Amino acid sequence: MLKTGLLASGAVAFSLAVSGALAQAEGDTVVLGAAVSLTGKYSVNGKNTKDGYDLAVKRINEMGGVKVGGKAYKLKVLYYDDESTPARGAQLAERLIAQDGVKFVLGAYSSGLTKAIAPVTEKYKVPHVEGNGAARELFTQGYRYLFAVLSTSDYYLRDAVNLAAEVAKEKGRDPKTLKIAMVFENDPFSLDVREGILEDAKRYGMHVAIDDKLPPEINDMAPTLTKVRAVKPDMLLVSGHEKGATLVVRQTAEMKIEVPIVATTHCDSAKIAESMGKLAEGVLCASQWDRKLAYKDKWFGSADDYAKLFEKELKYPAPYQAAESTASVLVFADAFARAGSLDPEKVRDAIASTDMMTFFGPIKFDSTGKNVVKPMVLYQVLGGDYKVVAPTKWAETKLVWPRKLPQ
Amino acid sequence: MENLRLLFESPFLSVQLLLDGVLIGAIFALAAYGMALVWGVMGLINVAQGELVMLGGYAAFYLYRAGIHPLFAVPLAAAVLFAAGWLLYRAVIFRVVDKDLFISILATFGLSILLQQLANTLFGADVRTAESGFGTLFLFGGAVTVSSIKLIAFGAALLTGAFLMQFLRRSRMGQAIRATAQNSRAARVMGIDTGRVYAWTFGLNAAICGASGALVAMTWVVHPYLGLPYTVRSFMIVIIAGLGNVAAVLAAALGLGVAENFAGFIFGAEYQAAFVFVLLVVILVWRRFWLARERRYLR
Repeated sequence: MLKTGLLASGAVAFSLAVSGALAQAEGDTVVLGAAVSLTGKYSVNGKNTKDGYDLAVKRINEMGGVKVGGKAYKLKVLYYDDESTPARGAQLAERLIAQDGVKFVLGAYSSGLTKAIAPVTEKYKVPHVEGNGAARELFTQGYRYLFAVLSTSDYYLRDAVNLAAEVAKEKGRDPKTLKIAMVFENDPFSLDVREGILEDAKRYGMHVAIDDKLPPEINDMAPTLTKVRAVKPDMLLVSGHEKGATLVVRQTAEMKIEVPIVATTHCDSAKIAESMGKLAEGVLCASQWDRKLAYKDKWFGSADDYAKLFEKELKYPAPYQAAESTASVLVFADAFARAGSLDPEKVRDAIASTDMMTFFGPIKFDSTGKNVVKPMVLYQVLGGDYKVVAPTKWAETKLVWPRKLPQ
Repeated sequence: MENLRLLFESPFLSVQLLLDGVLIGAIFALAAYGMALVWGVMGLINVAQGELVMLGGYAAFYLYRAGIHPLFAVPLAAAVLFAAGWLLYRAVIFRVVDKDLFISILATFGLSILLQQLANTLFGADVRTAESGFGTLFLFGGAVTVSSIKLIAFGAALLTGAFLMQFLRRSRMGQAIRATAQNSRAARVMGIDTGRVYAWTFGLNAAICGASGALVAMTWVVHPYLGLPYTVRSFMIVIIAGLGNVAAVLAAALGLGVAENFAGFIFGAEYQAAFVFVLLVVILVWRRFWLARERRYLR
């Protein structure tokens, strides 16, 4: 008993250290490695990420694993906690590859961590598929082994700008006359979101009236919102993870700041509709994915089926952070089967030629490794629920404009 | 400069910033009273001050979730934190009370990391808020808004300050605390159980921070990492106001709140925190020169 127990658990790390060949295919199991944030400031999203990976692995194994060159392999993920710090993430990636002999790496949560880990996977020529690092600059470094299934972060709030321009035209106003107020946390992700908005605003000739960057330790938007009241912009765009989403909802309601369009990232993971009820009414939310979209695949069925399974297994509604993580594992599974080999180089080439449909959306990488075929989704909180309002192809309902604060 | 122009064009903006600043300053004042108390009585700089605020916020959040009205959650959170402070004293703080100031800073710094991570594990990193449902007051035809909860926080800060002064002046324990602060050895000789006095002092500090945390949860948001700015602000306020003067602490806190709000408006939110730190450095340098001058007089 003792011996088998040892083999089952301790032997993983031990044998991996001794021999890399054993690691990638430990018996009939392929080991994927991941550093995720289980503690520290990203621990909520880190857990979403891990849950997404685990669900994918569970489902793939239930369906008999992946067939590589005629042999069925089970998948398994080896996790370490990166404590939400990039330096630790890079260290752990090094450890996963050099010590544990992992040949395939799944992404960490957040752009900052992905940025730290990508050079390591590049150095060891290990394929790195991620669903939670959206920074644009990840894909301007010429990385060969990094692939992302999600839309890059500069796309998060572009649709809000487009939507505002559409509404303006409908109301007989020139989009040029629109004024934008923006508040962003000072982190790589949010600054990318900002770049995207600036590009689109420039294209329409809109005027950016307020452009504030919230330091991570500040918990108060009152000074910025006071400015918003004075400037009277046509839209207020916010990106500051869960804290930013919560603060803008709470403080616009409290200070009675009426802006026709208020859009933010991360409001689904911040649960603004659930925790703040009617204060959140009318807020627009950017999301990578929604369960109501008509995407389908052979592993999970439709997007809605995935969401149902996720809720059943993990007891909370599936956030997009989990969905994109699940999709990353699917990319590996698909690539293993097509490569017909577990050789990292061959798998890397198979990933590069991915052209698949998943419950998360279509996935096809350009030469820089980012997914270029999946659009972003924009919700509006209406009647305490998130309704898709953009892109128009999937829209459940028309945008309610202007946003009215609850009385 | 655009922002300055806005300020001059519309005087209501200044009124709004001033009001917001004064009202949030009151919340800073609470944490600062506590720091001054512990510093003055125990000779200990508590770097975990912000974490006590954070714990107070969580106490209020869970009480609110259990269906207790947030207003009652304030004193209850204070009571919970009093117990927590007492326990912390008995477990850790009593070991560093008579030691070097540097040791107390190190120990409480460790404590602050421990509390942060503990909160992260126990409560999760989710951003939480407790809704007071008090609504908002409108002044000048809606040009200036004041949320009632901030007014309540202001009132609570004044009340707590007054209560603290009375407690220290009149009650038996308050007198014992003051005696210990003046000379702990003499106090012991006179039969005062200084261990108990210290435990009370630290508990009292935690309770005040707890109340301020409850108000933070109702005004903004709570998450495990919100502590540091409160520690830094408390430190600053105490540096400016000195240890023995509750009214000065309040005045410094309100001043800081106003300064921060104007800085955030004029320079943009990205420099709001930077402004606080720059101010701290300036004040420390200025105090050094000021003290040096006083020393010269003594000679």
